[in-house]
This record gives sequence, C-alpha cells and structure tokens, in this order.
Amino acid sequence: MQLTTRRKERLDRGIKVRTSGIYAVSSLREIAYLVTPRAILIVGLLILPLVMPNMYWQRVICITGIFALLALVFDFLADYVGIISLGGALYVGVGGYVAGICNSSLGLSPALTIPIATLAGAVICTLLLLPCLPLRGIYFAIITLMYPLVLPRIIEALHIFGGTEGMAALSTFPNIWVSLYLIIVVLLIALFALRRLVNTDMGLVLHGIKDNDQAVRASGMNITWYKARAVFIASAIGCFAGAYLTHLYGWVGLSLFGLDFSILPIAAFVLGGPGTLVGPVIGAFILTPLSEALRAFGPLRIVVYCIILVGFIVFRPEGLMKFLQRKYHQFERWAEV
Amino acid sequence: MSKEAILRVRGVSKSFGGVKAVDNVSFDLVKGEIMGIIGPNGSGKTTLINLITGFVKKDSGEVFFKDRNISKLPPHRIADLGVTRTFQIMRPYYTLPAFKNLIVPLYSPRARRGVGGGLGDRDAVAIDLLEEVGFERDAYVPYKLASALPLGYLKRLELSRCLALKPEVVIGDEVFSGLSMSEIASMVRLMEKLQMRGITLIMVEHRLRELFLLANRVMVMNFGKKIAEGIPGEVMGSKEVREAYLGTEEG
Repeated sequence: MQLTTRRKERLDRGIKVRTSGIYAVSSLREIAYLVTPRAILIVGLLILPLVMPNMYWQRVICITGIFALLALVFDFLADYVGIISLGGALYVGVGGYVAGICNSSLGLSPALTIPIATLAGAVICTLLLLPCLPLRGIYFAIITLMYPLVLPRIIEALHIFGGTEGMAALSTFPNIWVSLYLIIVVLLIALFALRRLVNTDMGLVLHGIKDNDQAVRASGMNITWYKARAVFIASAIGCFAGAYLTHLYGWVGLSLFGLDFSILPIAAFVLGGPGTLVGPVIGAFILTPLSEALRAFGPLRIVVYCIILVGFIVFRPEGLMKFLQRKYHQFERWAEV
Repeated sequence: MSKEAILRVRGVSKSFGGVKAVDNVSFDLVKGEIMGIIGPNGSGKTTLINLITGFVKKDSGEVFFKDRNISKLPPHRIADLGVTRTFQIMRPYYTLPAFKNLIVPLYSPRARRGVGGGLGDRDAVAIDLLEEVGFERDAYVPYKLASALPLGYLKRLELSRCLALKPEVVIGDEVFSGLSMSEIASMVRLMEKLQMRGITLIMVEHRLRELFLLANRVMVMNFGKKIAEGIPGEVMGSKEVREAYLGTEEG
C-alpha cells in the first residue's frame, strides 16, 4: 500500500539572523530581502495619490491618512506602552479646534496653525489625560472615551468657538496634491519614527511599563512621567490629524469629536495586525476606502462592512500584517511524505 | 552598640479591611549587615517590604533612610535613593534576551547619574552585571531569551535588576524559594559577595537553614507583629517563635 502523499512543507527562515546583525548587510540579496517590504510600502504610498481616478477618491485617500495616523497611534499606545486609549476623537477634536481658532481668530496660515495645533493640542490632551494615567486597561479607555463626549457638550452649552455651527470659511490647502502628500509624508515619518522609538532604550522602558510596571517602579523610574511622554507623542500625532482635517475641509465643528475617530482605528488595528505598527496603517488603507466603496450598498453598507470585519477576526485573528510577515519569512514547498 | 543605622522603621502598620497585616513593627537596619525576616505564611513579611519600599501606603508609622524620612515617598523615589527590592513573583520581559532586561534599570535616573561609578555602553554594562551574578558569559547565558532561562537564573536576573541601580540596601523577597540545593548554595555565596561590597541586605525567607548561615540578625514576625529579634540561634530558642512555627502545645 502506498502511503506517499504530498504536503506543504514550511521552513522558517532565521528571521532574527536575517534581519539583524552583520548578516543583514552581507550581500545585496540580503539587503534586498530587508529593503523590499519597506520600499513597497513607501513607494506604494507615494504612488497611491497618482493612481486615484478622480478628485473624490483623492479625498478618500486624505481621510484614510487621518485614520491611518490614529490607528498607528492606537497600536503604539496599546502594544508598546500598555495604554488602551480610545482618545482618537479627543486628539482630532482638540487639534482641529486649536487649528481652527488660530486660523479664524489670529489669521494664521495653515503652515503655522498645523504645527501650533500639533504641539499645543498635544499639551492640552496630555494635561487632560494626566490625572487618569495611573488608571489601567479599560478604566483608562473609558476616561479617554468620556472627553470627546463631554467637550462638544461644553462647546455647545457655552456657545464658544462657534457653538453648534462650528467655524466655517477657514483656510484650505492650496491644492489637492499638497493635502495628499502632506498626510502621506507625515504618515511615513510618524510610522518610521515610532518604529525607531520602540526599539530605543526608552522604548524598552515603555515596553517594561506594559509588561511589569511594578518592576519599572522598583527600578527607580517614574512610570507616570514615561506614560505622559508616550501620551504626548501619541496625541501630537493625533492632533496633527485633527488640524489637517480642519484645513482639508476649511471647517471646524462638533463632528470632529465624532466617535468614528476613536472606533474605526481599532478596527484597522485588529485587521492590520496588533503590535506591528505598520499593520494598523495598512488596515486603515483597506478599511476606509472599503467603507467608501460599499456606499453602493446603501443602507446595507454597515452590514457588509461588519461581515468583512468579523470574517477577518474569525479567520485571520492575528491580523493581516503578521500573516504577511510570516509568509515572507517562510519558504514553502511541496514535499513527498 | 552604636552602629550606624542605615534604615530605621518606626511603628509601621497596615490593615487590609479588618486584618492587621502589619501591626506596629519597628526595627533598625545596621549598615553592612544581613538581616533576615522570617515568619509563617501570611505573617506580613511581604507587606512589610511593600510598606518600606512605598508600594503600599502605610496606615501609620515612619521609615527613615539615613535620617531622611522616606515614609511618604513614591516607590520610584525610594528606589532612586538606593533602597531596592526584588519581587517574589518575577515577571521579566520574556521576549527579550536576559541582558536587555537590565536596560530598563540602567536607563533609570539613578543609574544615569552614575551613582557609584558612571556607565559605559548599557548593553556591555548589563552583560557585566549578569556575569557578576553568575550568568556564564562564555556559555552565552546573558544572551539567552529570558523565557528560556531556568528559575535559578530568573532569580539572579531579578537580583541583578536591583544591583544595576548600585543600591545601598537590597531587600530580597524569598530569593531562595523554588531553588535547588546547589542553586541555593551559589546564591548564598552571591549574597556574601554583596555584603562584602558594602550592600546592606534584608532577606525575607522561608529557608531557615541557609538564612541562618548568612544573617547577622533575624527578626521573626507572626500575625503582623514582630515577636522576636536577635542573632539566629537565640531567636529560635524563644518559646514564642517555636509556637509560631510549630503551634502551641494544646492545639
């Protein structure tokens, strides 16, 4: 009786060996092995605006960039600092309003309002979140969710910053190309900067806070201070997204505190692969355009969207990026058994 | 005896609900000594450590480190002054090589100030530290993933996390527990080495035999109270201590 069958044999390449140390730069082939995925990402993102068929889809890319930044920040806080933050809406709202106020009251141009909103917004968000930093897990998440619910009510009730109407007729970007490439370049910089940060010694401390904060405290480090620094970095990126959104539409309103900005990045994070930083970015670049494309389904749009999301969670719970990474680092061949 | 007390604990108490976990405990730690704290399970030894190092808030009482009141300081400030502790339950960063685990304490303000000598390259310093506590460099043990290390090495890793801060006082929470006899023997030698270097040690232990070889002085706790203090042989002679360990004659 013959028992030979064919089965797929998988060989893991020595990932650690191939991606670190002298071996990684030992030959052009090895360099290419490392550079290719990064090059695909960078070139892909830079080309993306050029292949969009029309103005509408170019706009979609701009919005996608915002969600990608927020997803990136969520992943950074959740997987590298151990803070579950649903503060996307808070960052966008604060950043957007700071930029809007600078633009309408002080008459500053977007070239100034965006950096100001990024830094000032990050300071405001960090100060708002500072008292709750000792909280952990779901408790911190609830607080971050509370702010975007409370702040618009305050604006509404006090009729400040344009009240329910918001502030209209703000400066917009000179043309669509500026807005497209601004967000994509910032996204790439933020992505690679965070990847670098998490591998520095400070990144190790942040990771230590996630794994075992008691040991970090016993090592003589003020964990609240380190968490505050991480939140500052995250909210700076988030506030940039908000300021950018403001000038993309030339309008600021209460919808900047919309919970979409808190929730959608989490979907992108789950889809893309938690803990990979690049995964959530890719997740956002799939989900946001997908949700636009599904407009054809009319009211059923959300249903289809959810089915796709659930499908991913059930069949690829590790996330897209981890799956791709594994495949990339694996040889696969048919073997006779 | 007028030796210099490096750490003075005065009337420290803590209740959890109705249970007095630590009840009015006072003691002096003399610079350079090894002091053992023993007692049955649940007698409040670990809570006492938590109170001294600030991880749990005291209900009352004060702790002085070199005449400075450290009662109200948060844990990281106390560690920053040089009073460090190990944890009974170690949670190293399992996904990292052993030496990378020490980057966190070496990155701390105290280590970066260069207390007790400056620092070079952090990775190199970390590997030196691990070699000191018995990670064989020639066998590449410091480079192994923390998840691949046996318990004995993890205990030493936890100890070296304290040593990375160049501490003056190290409080070890059950350093010997779960170790084999030969591992304990080498741990005893390591503790002696630390004492020679001028580090003052408090050791909370259940392994009395090994502790008594090391300790200059022993304090016994039961039900949160200090019931005896003295040199090891003397303390075990006391009736109260024997009752705490073996039970009273009636019951």
